[in-house]
Amino acid sequence: MGRARTIARRSFLIGSAAIMGGVAFGTYMVRRPYDNPLAAELPDGAATFNPWVMIDSDKITLITPHADKGQGVVSAQAALIAEELDVEFGQFEISFGDPSPAYWNTAMADEGVPFMATDESFPAETTRGIMGGVMKLLGLQGTGGSTAMPDSFVKLRQAGAVARETLKQAASQRTGIAIDQLTTANAAVQLPDGSELAYTELAADAASIAPVAAVELRAPSQWRLIGKPMQRLDIVGKSTGTLDYTIDLEVDDMVIAAIKVNPRQGGELNGYDASAALAMRGVRDVVEITGGVAVIADNTWRAFKAADALELDWAPAPYPAEQADHWDAVAASFTSDQLDSEWRNDGDVDAAQAESNVFEAEYRSPYVAHAPLEPLGAIVRVDDDMVEVWTGHQLQRQLQVLVADITGHRPEQVTLHNQFIGGSFGHRLEFEHVKQATEIANQMRGTPVKLVYSREEDFAHDFPRHISMARGKGTVADGKVVSIDLQGAAPSVIASQMGRANIPVPGPDSQIAAGAWNNPYDVPNFRMRAYRVPELAPVSSWRSVGAPGGGFAFDCFLDELIHEADADPMAERIRLMSHDVSRKVLEAVAEMSDWGAELAPGTGKGVAFVESFGVPTAEVVQVTATDRGIRIDKVWVACDVGTVVDPVNFENLVQGGVVFGLGHAMNCEITYSDGMAEQTNYHAHEGMRMYQCPEIMVRGLENGHKIRGVGEPPVPPAAPALANAIFAATGQRIRELPLWHHIDFV
Amino acid sequence: MQLTVNGQIHAVDVEDDMPLLWVLRDELGITGVKYGCGVAQCGACTVHLDGMAVRSCQVAAASAEGAEITTIEGLGTPEALHAVQEAWVEHQVAQCGYCQSGQIMQAASMLDFNPEPTDEDIDLVMSGNLCRCGTYPRIRAAIKTAAAKLREA
Repeated sequence: MGRARTIARRSFLIGSAAIMGGVAFGTYMVRRPYDNPLAAELPDGAATFNPWVMIDSDKITLITPHADKGQGVVSAQAALIAEELDVEFGQFEISFGDPSPAYWNTAMADEGVPFMATDESFPAETTRGIMGGVMKLLGLQGTGGSTAMPDSFVKLRQAGAVARETLKQAASQRTGIAIDQLTTANAAVQLPDGSELAYTELAADAASIAPVAAVELRAPSQWRLIGKPMQRLDIVGKSTGTLDYTIDLEVDDMVIAAIKVNPRQGGELNGYDASAALAMRGVRDVVEITGGVAVIADNTWRAFKAADALELDWAPAPYPAEQADHWDAVAASFTSDQLDSEWRNDGDVDAAQAESNVFEAEYRSPYVAHAPLEPLGAIVRVDDDMVEVWTGHQLQRQLQVLVADITGHRPEQVTLHNQFIGGSFGHRLEFEHVKQATEIANQMRGTPVKLVYSREEDFAHDFPRHISMARGKGTVADGKVVSIDLQGAAPSVIASQMGRANIPVPGPDSQIAAGAWNNPYDVPNFRMRAYRVPELAPVSSWRSVGAPGGGFAFDCFLDELIHEADADPMAERIRLMSHDVSRKVLEAVAEMSDWGAELAPGTGKGVAFVESFGVPTAEVVQVTATDRGIRIDKVWVACDVGTVVDPVNFENLVQGGVVFGLGHAMNCEITYSDGMAEQTNYHAHEGMRMYQCPEIMVRGLENGHKIRGVGEPPVPPAAPALANAIFAATGQRIRELPLWHHIDFV
Repeated sequence: MQLTVNGQIHAVDVEDDMPLLWVLRDELGITGVKYGCGVAQCGACTVHLDGMAVRSCQVAAASAEGAEITTIEGLGTPEALHAVQEAWVEHQVAQCGYCQSGQIMQAASMLDFNPEPTDEDIDLVMSGNLCRCGTYPRIRAAIKTAAAKLREA
């Protein structure tokens, strides 16, 4: 299993490690810790023990540097620290902290290595270690790839434990009581006589003690918080309208900016006439930015209105103007010179397919938009000696670099006030809106500029998920799937996205094959090749990135082969599964959904399994064909994340991922005409509405021994499970998303 | 122009056709009401006009004169939650939370007129409020809890 050709691995490693690391590096450099950013401006009498905990005489502050775009990661990070620090929710404040290499993401390298997530062999683990070292040297702080929990799970508990033990040492020094006589609870050191010393009282003492070096983490049986339902720290704010997002912030003397940038993305601005806009009420100025124009006004609506009144002359798009030409470019890329990598080649596919009838099918996944409900925006103030940015962003340090590039400052002169994010789905990994706000603010130094995207501008510049196509050839015999030869083609989302951030990424793009090659099935003959389509429209990471396109193609094709073999879709997947943890996920979802039970005529169940971001995830969808179209009745989900940190938030995220996956599979796509996205607002890219939302039953398994994140993994199996269910209910195979091109939904 | 928002009278100097959404947010600094689409497709801007849920992006400022305007800030506060907000907290509904002001205002208005909504009623009334994070299962459950709370009150 997983016998990917070594040549692909080698080319990946040499290319990526050389560029990302820049130079050969020594073990010493990798092992050396970064300075604690909290120590630099520590007030008198305050203690910091590591980059995540700061205590002074008034309060305890926990730093939760991972960006929270709704996944609840501020609470989860705080809970991990609090678990060992012995503080309760309500006894501390939280801060996103300043961007710092000390917050480098220890888990982000894993998705990039060319090994299956289920492969824990020596070469796989060694490669992850090396790539992790590169990430550390780069000081790559970031939230994405469902890595916040894998990154935080050990290190934040250690941060809490180090602070706790150091505070105990301070209490011991003050009272003369031996450390082993001291315990901690409720943000205080507990003394044997029943009295207590609050951590805040001990801060000044602790400030003069070097943090203890070695701590032992508590056993899971001792956990107070982890694994139990928590009340999210942001839940009251988000239920009362009192939590501020970027769009809600006001900075003194701020002006509002609305922009019009060439909707033929990347095309030039040939010219414009702003005279009508400038004459409108509340409009202060009109300035040029890269590829477009910004209106400065005193009110968002006035800025939007004036932007609509601009007369603009746009140059053509640097990519094909019509959607059909995009598909043609994808279809033409299955050639040997566009082979990006062969990800898997088990058995002998050619021999297996020479001898029997070969079943063939082709699948397509469209461009889809992120379209988070809070439109893109940022507040930027540029002064001669510093820049301040208020926005919610997932790549905090790269933001500083790109802003500083525009203003001529050094990155460390750029202060980022990170914010709670009103949805991302990958969109807040992009920088264009921050760069635009910076370009405007740089032309009016000293005045804070708040850029707010209109929804239409947001759709026009969404940088959607890449389109992809896959062609499968397969054979069956004796009721079993015998061979799969899957070829996937897509433009490189990583090259497009990293290109905008000025980061070159050589080597194969793992996301062209993601969701397909890495599923731990032991099909005797299994080959997966990925072809790179020349760059088309600019594209970006969309919740689960390559796995939804690859997963749709792979799992639907497997479902078709199982049908050709006249086998049961669930039983044959379980038989083929070579990875215990994954097999248990399938068995769980079979049991939850009562797979095999008699169903009414017109009702059908479909199953899909996709591993993404290390999380084996299986979903069963049940649909009924009504006289008005397909109704999605119920969904059952089982996935394995190793450890569920908060079961309530976990269920919410999984249900949300299913809704996201199903909604986009039903009715969402971005198509280009005359070089512009045809979908301008939610009426044309709707996703799921409440009346379409099925009951969604969720089970989190904990058989895997690595902790994983669950933000993305529920998305990829949703579309194939739905398509497979539609087949089961109606006999109609749909091989193209969105499904509504072929069938109605009620 | 005078607008009555959450029981307070505000004098504003705006164009007659400025949407109420932007008067609330940009002129009065009441930001619990959100901008999501501007074309009544998402419901994030839902407020009550004389107790009726409306999309404030579609209400011209001049036409709201004389009406009682209630925003999420006027429904309840962190210290004194409305029953619907209590239910939202109990069920841990929010993910990103950006749509939830609108969802809560829509739900509160529905329960005012229909204290015992059926599943179909809930689907019908709430389907104009888009949640990109997909919290619909929890919204449904929270509405039922809120309805029970309000009946007991």
